[in-house]
Amino acid sequence: MADKQTRVTNDPFRKYDLTLAERLYLPAIMKGMAVTISYFFKKPITIQYPEEKAYVPHRWRGRHVLKRDEFGRERCVGCQMCELACPADAITIQAGEVPPERRHLHTTERYAVTYEIDMLRCIFCGMCEEACPEAAIFLTPFYEFAEDSREKLIYTKDMLTERIGGPILYKD
Amino acid sequence: MPEIVAFLIEKTLVTIFVFIVVLTVVAFTTWIERIVAGHIQMRYGPNRAGPKGLFQVAADGVKFFMKEEFIPDRANKVLFVIAPTFTFMAAGFIMAVIPFGDRIMIGGREVLLQIADLNIAVLYVLAIGSLGVYGIIAGGWASNNKYSLMGGLRASSQMISYEIAMGLAIVALLLDHGTLSLRQIVLNQQGAIWHWSVFSHPIGFIIFYVAAFAESARVPFDLPEAENEIVAGYHTEYSAMKFGLFMFGEYVHMVLGSALIATLYFGGWSIPWVTAPEEPGLLWGLATFAVLWIKTYFFVFVYMWVRWTLPRFRYDQLMNLGWKRLIPIGVVNIFITAALLVVFQHLGIAG
Repeated sequence: MADKQTRVTNDPFRKYDLTLAERLYLPAIMKGMAVTISYFFKKPITIQYPEEKAYVPHRWRGRHVLKRDEFGRERCVGCQMCELACPADAITIQAGEVPPERRHLHTTERYAVTYEIDMLRCIFCGMCEEACPEAAIFLTPFYEFAEDSREKLIYTKDMLTERIGGPILYKD
Repeated sequence: MPEIVAFLIEKTLVTIFVFIVVLTVVAFTTWIERIVAGHIQMRYGPNRAGPKGLFQVAADGVKFFMKEEFIPDRANKVLFVIAPTFTFMAAGFIMAVIPFGDRIMIGGREVLLQIADLNIAVLYVLAIGSLGVYGIIAGGWASNNKYSLMGGLRASSQMISYEIAMGLAIVALLLDHGTLSLRQIVLNQQGAIWHWSVFSHPIGFIIFYVAAFAESARVPFDLPEAENEIVAGYHTEYSAMKFGLFMFGEYVHMVLGSALIATLYFGGWSIPWVTAPEEPGLLWGLATFAVLWIKTYFFVFVYMWVRWTLPRFRYDQLMNLGWKRLIPIGVVNIFITAALLVVFQHLGIAG
């Protein structure tokens, strides 16, 4: 069999004439079938999702968390910088003055009375994290958000705030 | 018990048995196809519904019934509804003549594991096999949709082209066997493994196999439903169980086509080097039945394997392959076979 490059042809649509083996199709088909059957016996690479999970890097941008400081106080001071930074307008904050009896749970007099993130609007860009002057909001590797209604995907403050030993600290 | 009653009972039981087995096997073929497809692509395929995903078949069936039955405006309603049934039935009728097993003796009565041992079975298969395309073209035309019509036309031209090649391949085979009865063809292939027709008719086998692929309109010959050209071809407008019947019909066609290949070229239910016992009981019947299904399933697997290997033909390639390659080779094959038969007969070793 001549080398492919040295073969000549009069066919304007081809660079070279096909050899008999090529024109029979069958050898090429057998070759292809050999490739597919070799894959048939390989172990599937599927990750069986609910049972097995793919590796998620620690810096993955998923569900948000509102951190507490080392004394268990909310770091968030309700400054609304994250709300301002949010390109998707997902964050809604109402700030207010801390009542005296709960002063030990906050770092300053100002705090977020409500803090809501609409997870359907959030694009997980991490801008809130960057904007936060108190290092209060962080994105975590959690990514399983599925719910059966839109209302359930508006996360409120008590869902977002970090818990210490179970119950939420500021709960009256 | 009068003979006629015994006959009716026997045939009814055999028919019901064959019908149920074939339909069950075909239903699970859809699951197998998806498993094979998955593994060839290094996936698992359906493995969630039930053990190993086996209930997927039932889930698919339920889904087909739950979907909206849609009939397009200005469609020919009667034809539109009949077409899928027709395709399905035409494919299913082939099961009537396929010998699923040897004869067995039950209570001194000879029972054939075959619905009907027609003496023109091969012609019957060719005739019924080509009826299936009427369902496709009727469905394509009745949908009142350009793409459906194109799909139907493609299907009909493809079937006509490849039926000729298929017929020519069978002619060469029949010259050798001298009978049109499928049971007799199987009996002729008993004994050593080289008695299988595939060894005496290798070219005929290749032509027949390629033509069988084209007849069942599967990849690489799935021009009638080429989705990147004509949406979904003849079943563009079909939904719910009507589409299900089209799909099921395709699988029936595939399974019974494979059974036919096994019967014609690979000894059917016969087990190499094993001869039928003097008093063939139920066990022998089941053994032959299982052997046919093993052979059949090998070819079903090849159908799937090819589907996930080869891309679709272009339309001119399809026609070139059919008319310029397979048909001439088929004709030459007939002459060679005939000449060889004459030579062998003169030498006294007629096969």
